[in-house]
This record gives sequence, C-alpha cells and structure tokens, in this order.
Amino acid sequence: MLPALAQPEGSQARLMSVDAATVIRIAKLARIKLAPGEAEPLVGELNGILGWIEQLAEVDTSGVAPMTAVIPNTLRWRADEVTDGGVRDKVLANAPASEIGFFAVPKVIE
Amino acid sequence: MNELNGLTIAAMRDGLRARTFSAVELAEVHIAAVEAARVLNAFIVETPDHARAAAVAADAALADGSARPLAGIPLGIKDLFATAGVQTTAGSKILEGFVPPYESTVTAKLFGDGAGMLGKLNMDQFAMGSSNETSAFGGVISPWRAQGSNRPLVPGGSSGGSAAAVAAGLCAGATGTDTGGSIRQPAAFTGISGIKPTYGRCSRWGVVAFASSLDQAGPMARDVRDCAILLRSMAGFDAKDATSLDVAVPDFEAALTGDLRGVRVGVPREYRLDGMDARVAAVWDEGLRWLRDAGAETVEVSLPHTKYALPAYYIIAPAEASSNLARYDGVRYGLRVAPDGGSLDAMYEATRAAGFGPEVKRRIMIGTYVLSAGYYDAYYLQAQKVRALIAQDFAAAWEHCDVLLTPTAPSAAFSPGDKADPLEMYLNDVFTVPSSLAGLPAMSVPAGLSAGGLPLGLQVIGRPLDEAGVLNAGYALERAAGSTARPDRWW
Repeated sequence: MLPALAQPEGSQARLMSVDAATVIRIAKLARIKLAPGEAEPLVGELNGILGWIEQLAEVDTSGVAPMTAVIPNTLRWRADEVTDGGVRDKVLANAPASEIGFFAVPKVIE
Repeated sequence: MNELNGLTIAAMRDGLRARTFSAVELAEVHIAAVEAARVLNAFIVETPDHARAAAVAADAALADGSARPLAGIPLGIKDLFATAGVQTTAGSKILEGFVPPYESTVTAKLFGDGAGMLGKLNMDQFAMGSSNETSAFGGVISPWRAQGSNRPLVPGGSSGGSAAAVAAGLCAGATGTDTGGSIRQPAAFTGISGIKPTYGRCSRWGVVAFASSLDQAGPMARDVRDCAILLRSMAGFDAKDATSLDVAVPDFEAALTGDLRGVRVGVPREYRLDGMDARVAAVWDEGLRWLRDAGAETVEVSLPHTKYALPAYYIIAPAEASSNLARYDGVRYGLRVAPDGGSLDAMYEATRAAGFGPEVKRRIMIGTYVLSAGYYDAYYLQAQKVRALIAQDFAAAWEHCDVLLTPTAPSAAFSPGDKADPLEMYLNDVFTVPSSLAGLPAMSVPAGLSAGGLPLGLQVIGRPLDEAGVLNAGYALERAAGSTARPDRWW
C-alpha cells in the first residue's frame, strides 16, 4: 500500500511529493525491478513531473463531469457468436517458452 | 533525390497509369534509396521483397485495368503497426523478435489498395518521445541540417522514422500515429505534411497501444494532396475497434479546392506564448495572411484552458500507458528474463526492467502512481475533468470559426541531447496536445523556414470529422507557401 495521503482540499492543496521508498513501491506495483541506486535519480525526475502536473489543482472543476469519450459514440451490439479461435499455434508462436500447447512460466506452486 | 523518388504520390499514380514508368521501376528506385540512406537509421527492418511483390501485382493490375487507388505506391510503415510475418517492435527491446501472425487494419487497407511496404520505420519507444531519442534501436537522424552546420538534428517524434524517410525521398508516404503530436511535430521538423484525423476515423486494431483514448493513425506525405489520398485508404469503420466511428469516408482529395471563401479561421490567443520564437510568430502571421488571400476571414478566439492541456495529458497518457503496457510480462510474446530459480514475479520484474527504456519506465511509474489508491481522484479524475473543459473550449470556439490556425511546434528541429530534461522535451507538444485531448482532426503543413534554414510548420485544427476542411485549409497554405524546400542530400 502507498502511504496515506491528505486529500487535497480546495484549489490550493498540494499533493505529496515522492521519496525513495515511494518510488520503490511504485516500481514494485508496476513490476519493474530497480537496480541498486536506480531509485534515487527517479525521485528527482518524478517529483519534477509531479510538481508540474500539480497545477491542475488550480482549475475549478466543480460540476464538471470527467470526460469518458472524446467523440460521442455508442457501443454496438453484436451477436453472441464465436467468430475467432482455433489458432493455438499462432497464439503460441511468439511465446518465449511453450510446452505441449501451453505457455510455460516459472513454477508458481510450491 | 532521383526524379522518381522525388515525385508526389499523385504524380506517381499518374505516371504509373500513363505507363511512363512501371511499378517495379518505382519500387527498385525506392529500395535503392532506402539502402543508400541507412545512416539516417529511419528503418528498423527493410522489406524490399514486400515492395517488389506489391509492384509486380500492381503492374499486372495496371495492365488489365483492375488497379486499386494505391497500386504500386511504395510506403514506409511505422513500427507501431502490426505487420503479418514482419517484426514489429514499437521501437522497444521488449518486443524485439516479435513477428505478428496478423495484419493491422490500417496496413491491411493500404496493402489492399495496392500499396507496397519498403520496411518498418523507427520511432520513439512505444511512441513516447518527441525526438526519436528513446528508440531502443538508436535515434533517427533528420535529413535536414541547419545552414552551414554538420550537426545532426532530430526528426521529431514519435513518428520520426516516418518523417525522415518521407522527407529524404526513401518512401512515397508513410503511416504515422499521433497521441499528443507524434505525426504533426515530426512533419513540421522535416518539412512534410501529416494529418491526425478525428479520434475513431482510423482503426486502432493491430496498432501497439500507448494511450488508447488518444492514439490515432494518420498519413505523412510530401504534400497535402498525398495526405488526402492516403487518408482515404486508411480510414473507415472497423468492427474490431470498439471506438471506431461508423461514418462514411469522404473523397478527401476531391475537397481540395484551395478556395476558402466563407471559411472563418480562428486564432487562439492563448497560443501566442510569452517569449515565442520570433520566426515562428512571423510564419504564423504570414499563414493567416495567406488564408485571408484564399478568401478566409480570420477571427481571434479564446481557448482558456490551454495551459492545463499538457499537465492533463501527462497524467492521462501515462495512466493509460501503465495499464496498456502491463501486457509485456515475458509470457506470451517478446523478451523474457527469468532469474535462475526465481518466482513468476521475479520474471515479470526482470523482464520489464531489461525490456523497457528509461522514458517508458518513467511514464509507467507516473501512470501507476496517479492511478494508485488515494491519488486517483486528485490526479486522474481531475485530469479527465480538465480534459472535458478543454474540449468545451474548442466546442465554444466552433461557434465563431470553422478551423483554427496555430504553429505546430514552438521551435524548429533541435539536436540530439539538447533537451535532456524530460519536462523540457514534453513542452515541445504544447500546441499539438490540446487538440489530441479533444479528439479533433489536426494537420501540420510546411509554411516557412527558421533563421537557420530549417522547416517550420503550421497546424490546422478542425471540427470533429472535418478532415476535408482541415485538408483544404492546409492545401491553401501549401499553395501560398509555394514550392516546398527539401533537404540537400548529404547521406
């Protein structure tokens, strides 16, 4: 879990900046291994970007609905039919490892 | 540039139909040009056999009268489009060796219309970049150089390979994709034209996803007419893309009259930034004069939330990217790095650490952070609300005008390494990002040269689905600007 954060109140609130421990946690959530010493430079880079995007808090968005579609469009209905499949070998063709028709991964059950 | 690979697509089409030259001749000239320009690093993979096969088929079709609109036109394809049987990497090591067993909708439509493929074009990794420097296969070098200088320049990004290849005459036209300016900014940097159509115009099926609510494919070519020709083939409804628009595709080329009588051109006052480059400002003013000469009326408009577009974009795009790029896990395709005796998680972490470049990691981490518990409302939800306000700004502007004219980029091309700070690089997209957030069609047209003799572009933004209006305004600019400057060959 990420550290608890005081929710911004009104337009003047500042979001928290990240520290090395937070960077390591974000990397863990994103499943990106950081080599020793890699987290520290990221603290400055990410804080630079986060500090800059924080200016969005100035905008009064009360009563504004968040955008969900840029161009109005409705989802289409389609018949519930199987229209694809039967291509196992194609699906597996790019796998780094596959065995007897399955993707192969490191052992996950002790 | 040899005379055949300097022609526009329209001129190639005419020459092929008049049998002035054959499609095979045209393909061979381009294949040789690609080989001779390897120093530009524009292609990740060359596919001369694809181009030759399409040329042979085109010559047969031209002879028996069954030729399709792009018969024998040799194109370059950005490496973000899945191409059946041809490596597709999105410029990343994590997809090195990935050979799609399927064809993207856009490339299938182009090839179905008779075009051939010369190769897969280099790009910023996962389309994240404005200079091509984030490609895992080395950056593309622009065919342009400043007057009296040998210093290499970037072609812009992310569709930098496409831009460099078109400008250098390596291909007749190219596909690009645009999330926040990735077609328009490199087009401006290399003196070519490129259009990002309305979101949903071109199918995203088979295009490696970066930020799904923003990604759009579009053509890049040496003039506006060629963009119109290519866009007609690329666009159209596709049931395989849930956001594809089920609307008719007009004949964009037929709309090119250059007559702007009755057209109102908006000039957004917020785009006139403090400390704006004097040449960029002068070219903008000149462009407005040209549009008035073509019959248009110019009117100042306001897009009050413009300054918040970039920060909103740098929340929304990384958030979507962090989700989209979760698929690169070392299991189904691409790179796998599995530490000896390590767990499945250790494999994921090692694979992604080794496969993604620094900018991609940075954006995945920003996206992961802004979507994480406790931060979602403050960052992501607020950004989506600001995005709605930005779209409303444009909607309000359309009450007063039909198209908008702005610069495409704040400067001409720079050199690799000049913008080492990520934030400084992001600011390059200041003029292109707002229309991306609003899903609007927008194009860049070459309009002049910088003090150093490098191309500068102007951007035309239009109403949803009014690509025809955007292209026609671009056409009027192009006609007034006169013959387009081309880079002197040094490679």
